[in-house]
Amino acid sequence: MLLDIRDLTVEVGGREVLTGVDLKIEQGETHVLFGKNGSGKTSLLMTIMGFSGYRVKKGKIFFKGEDITDFPINERAKMGIGMSFQRPPTIKGVKTMDLIAILNSDEKFVAEAAESLELTAFLDREINRGFSGGEIKKSELLQLMTQNPDLILLDEPESGVDLENIAIIGRAIKILLQKNLRRLRVNAGLVITHTGLILNYVEADRGHLLLDGRMRCEGNPREMFATIQKSGYEVCARCQK
Amino acid sequence: MSEVKKKAEAAQAKKGAYGTDIDLSSFKKKAAPRAYDVKLTSLSEEEEKCLADVGIIPSGDLRSGNFLQMDHSAVNCSAFQKGVEVMSSVEALRKYDGLKDYWWKAVDVATDKYTANAELDFNNGYFIRVSKGVKAKFPVQACLYIGEEGLAQNVHNIIIAEEGSELHVITGCRTAPRLKQGLHIGISEFYIKKGATVTFTMIHNWGEQVVVRPRTAVWVEEGATYNSNFVCMKPARSIQMFPAVRLKGKNAVTRLNSILVATMGSELDIGGRVSLEAPGAKAEILTRTISKGGSIIARGILIGEQPGIKAHLECSGLMLSDEGSIRAIPELDGRVAGVEMSHEAAVGRISQEEIEYLMARGLSEKEATALIVRGFLRVEMVGLPEHLKKEIDRLVEASEKSLL
Repeated sequence: MLLDIRDLTVEVGGREVLTGVDLKIEQGETHVLFGKNGSGKTSLLMTIMGFSGYRVKKGKIFFKGEDITDFPINERAKMGIGMSFQRPPTIKGVKTMDLIAILNSDEKFVAEAAESLELTAFLDREINRGFSGGEIKKSELLQLMTQNPDLILLDEPESGVDLENIAIIGRAIKILLQKNLRRLRVNAGLVITHTGLILNYVEADRGHLLLDGRMRCEGNPREMFATIQKSGYEVCARCQK
Repeated sequence: MSEVKKKAEAAQAKKGAYGTDIDLSSFKKKAAPRAYDVKLTSLSEEEEKCLADVGIIPSGDLRSGNFLQMDHSAVNCSAFQKGVEVMSSVEALRKYDGLKDYWWKAVDVATDKYTANAELDFNNGYFIRVSKGVKAKFPVQACLYIGEEGLAQNVHNIIIAEEGSELHVITGCRTAPRLKQGLHIGISEFYIKKGATVTFTMIHNWGEQVVVRPRTAVWVEEGATYNSNFVCMKPARSIQMFPAVRLKGKNAVTRLNSILVATMGSELDIGGRVSLEAPGAKAEILTRTISKGGSIIARGILIGEQPGIKAHLECSGLMLSDEGSIRAIPELDGRVAGVEMSHEAAVGRISQEEIEYLMARGLSEKEATALIVRGFLRVEMVGLPEHLKKEIDRLVEASEKSLL
């Protein structure tokens, strides 16, 4: 088991945002997280990554068999968890390349990865400064590609991205999740999506529905998304569990 | 007695408008003379290192001229390009009949006791001039060094860029490593004539108990540009300066950049005043300050006196400690319709969100903080040739390391 979340209850600023959440992700699997705005999806990703402000009241997070519930963020990153942020901060005066050079010293690899995302010109720009929605997503994916994590947390990778760029992003995610490999796929992903568009590019294994901080359904991601599109989240929540 | 001397005597007790009042009598007035050194071979290894810390290369490689003053003695004045003059102020006064059009013309000798003192106890300084149309190929370097404990060093500098000329000056101010007390008063008068460009990069590296009172004024004529880059990242007891730039000619431009770091016990009161006196004049003041226990006052004044001028002032401060303080005091003074002036000021701490974002990429908290601070201090130094930019970046980075 790569990620094993057991009975997780989390508070943000004294308000409970996740209640008794269970989630298991095996190596090589891609899971999708559905849910309304404010249902706790981003909170779950932030808690897995270990951000301050997300206080675990109950439950445990295991990664590669180790209890990481109290690990600092950078330890988790070093163990192989990587995250693409929906609205990452701007870091004044620090060029994207400055950070990437710290993450990966293989210049050839970095140059090719940047090229594949059509981001070469952005390497010299300050991190996220004045980036459009699509540029932010691509820059996040580039950082992840150079970081090469085993578990990839993607927070709405397609939001604010035009159709042309969605294809580029889809390809990058496929590479990150080793979808190009038939066997020996080890990288796993947990992806938040609202539009479901990313499902057209990335084959997902399991879907989960989070409503009001609770896991309400688990199943085939395409079927779940079809139900949500047709009848809404509440109906999806009633269908199985 | 000359008029100037009389005015100076009358202003001897006049306190400065800003900054802690300093008892000038507590500093030594006489220094042991140092011999002139044609090839700069008499410097000790330690002295050479000190100069390198403030961007001064004793060999003079990649420089168009050199001026080194140690205590009260001009130790070396050399110019390596035709049309570039470098000499001591004493010599220039003698050679050019008292520099009547320049000496105490931009700075008023009666400004305060520091200017008065610089006249009454004058200890040399530099004179740099580029001739009409001459573009200095490399920067001229000038260093003012205090080596004697408890000494007052009062210098008066004149920089003249004749019409259409171009000049870079890199100036390093430094005290000897173990020196405790010292006083540096520096009068600097700049005359930048029609269409000329001067870029002045100044690096301060004083001792912890050293008091510094520069008094600078810059006159910028039509179509001329004055760029200033000031870096002060090492401790000093008290530095107070408020250089005044007058954009006197049409379309004159100035940019004043400062990077200031105050550690415990340091008091920096640093400003920039620009009066935009002709149509089309443009000014930008950009200041980045970090307090790690020291106190900083960052002042900025823009005065718009003619329509069609444009000016912006930006001051960002980062508090890295619960001690110390940063006060940003931006002022805009529009005096006619049709001026365009703005300012931004912010004082804060490093955002937790930024630190954690970088930690999510695997950086430790310390590494993340260092990267953010480095970015914060990375001010685009204007008007610098690439090799000099790299030199300055290297000096800033070296200081960052000692900061964190």
